[in-house]
Amino acid sequence: MISFKKVTKIYDPDTTVLQDVSFDVAGGEFVSIVGKSGAGKTTLIRMIMGLEKPTSGQVMFGDLSVGDATLPELQGMRRQIGSIFQDYRLFATKTVYENVAYILEVEGKENDEINTEVPKVLETIGLKHRADNFPRELSGGEQQRLAIARALINQPKVILADEPTGNLDPYNSYEVISLLEKINKTGKTVILLTHDRAVVNKLGKRVITLEDGKMIRDEKEGKFII
Amino acid sequence: MITNFERIFNFAVTDFRRNKGSNIAAIFVLVVTILLATGLLMFQGMANHIISEIQNKIDITAYFKEGTGEENILSVKDEITNLSPDIKSVTYVSEAQALQEFNEKHQGNESLARAIEEVGGNPFLSSLNIVTTGKTSQYENISNILQSDKYKGLIEKVDFSQKRDIIEKVFSITSNVNKFGIGLGIFMMVIAILVVLNTIKLTVDNSKDEISTMKIVGASDWFVRGPFVIQGAIYGVIAFAISFAISLIAVYLFSSKISLIMPGFFAFKYFISNIIIFILVQLGFGIFLGIISSFIVIRRYLKV
Repeated sequence: MISFKKVTKIYDPDTTVLQDVSFDVAGGEFVSIVGKSGAGKTTLIRMIMGLEKPTSGQVMFGDLSVGDATLPELQGMRRQIGSIFQDYRLFATKTVYENVAYILEVEGKENDEINTEVPKVLETIGLKHRADNFPRELSGGEQQRLAIARALINQPKVILADEPTGNLDPYNSYEVISLLEKINKTGKTVILLTHDRAVVNKLGKRVITLEDGKMIRDEKEGKFII
Repeated sequence: MITNFERIFNFAVTDFRRNKGSNIAAIFVLVVTILLATGLLMFQGMANHIISEIQNKIDITAYFKEGTGEENILSVKDEITNLSPDIKSVTYVSEAQALQEFNEKHQGNESLARAIEEVGGNPFLSSLNIVTTGKTSQYENISNILQSDKYKGLIEKVDFSQKRDIIEKVFSITSNVNKFGIGLGIFMMVIAILVVLNTIKLTVDNSKDEISTMKIVGASDWFVRGPFVIQGAIYGVIAFAISFAISLIAVYLFSSKISLIMPGFFAFKYFISNIIIFILVQLGFGIFLGIISSFIVIRRYLKV
């Protein structure tokens, strides 16, 4: 599904943030990527989304070489990825309903389909009663659930979650991780970037550990060891 | 395609309704810019009026020899009138008319009246007053023609050489006024456009994180850019409506005062008779600036 082939990223003039990183993520896998701040986690996820190009090596999304992709190819690829961020990145001037509907509108889905699908997802995520509220009117946990709803609405193949529990209390963190596990059980690939030791250890799934831009560990049922 | 356009349009209208504060700032700056353009257009109208008034006062006069028959003078008048499209008017003043005008002008001036009496009869000559639309060279050409052999037997003198300096000075002043007006206009408009660009930049800056998120979720450039560009057009239309109302009221209220300073120039009449141009300038300026500014500003945030 996603492959890193000897990927190195150097920012001018000589800051190496990723060095010779290689790994494959198969469809339906749940992979946690852990590492200290500055280890290169965010650069790695930005490369998957095509927001950064590797200095050398190749990032593949299916058959597509992300670094060489054209703008329409990138748009098509990004529509297959559901992204969840620590700072939620919700559309502040759109309501809860509109935030989720936007993803389907981007894909050019018909209004009938949007009007059926969005309430369903909001119901699943427990935000149906908040449909007309703006993001600023939601709690942190609700905002993150909305971000997840937005990431799920178009049935993407991959979910990229960048520190999704970073701003949440333990209860809400647990809820979010449970949701990601559920999503993974439906066959979707989940890539989770986290600092949260408890979350990673509880999951008992594959863990890739980064340190100073190098991949130092890749374990099938790994633990958070730094 | 139509669904996408409909969505882009709806996003624009909804965002516009929800961002009142920054919208008001952008519209205000556009209104100021449009009013500046309107003011410059009005200034041009006034300057043209003054220039035309001055130009109408400049003429050359050909004096005919005593006893030249009126039919000969009128035939010269026809020839001169058809000489060039730059000739604005050729007015025939007979000897009697010249005397009458002199008397009217100097009514009550006894010494002049006595001088006329002493000369005996009518000392004035018949003449043709010629006004052109153009420069000194045009007056010079006409003067040369009138002094050619063809008219030697009819024309006593042409008073071009005495007026030459004045004519040259007036045309140099009007031409400089025009150049200065255009230069000042361009300078002020450039500043106004930069202010509009920066204000719209501040409006779009508020949404830069959203724009990058839109790109990350796979929106095409036009799907992201479209609502901002349409909002720019909405700013333009609203700014036009406000500017038009302000300029109409202002011109109506100040028209009589402007006429006091500039007799013969009726600002309201000028505004109404050129209303299509004013509407096109205001609407075009508002919409064009609104759209172009949004287009330029958002471009840098689309590089995601």
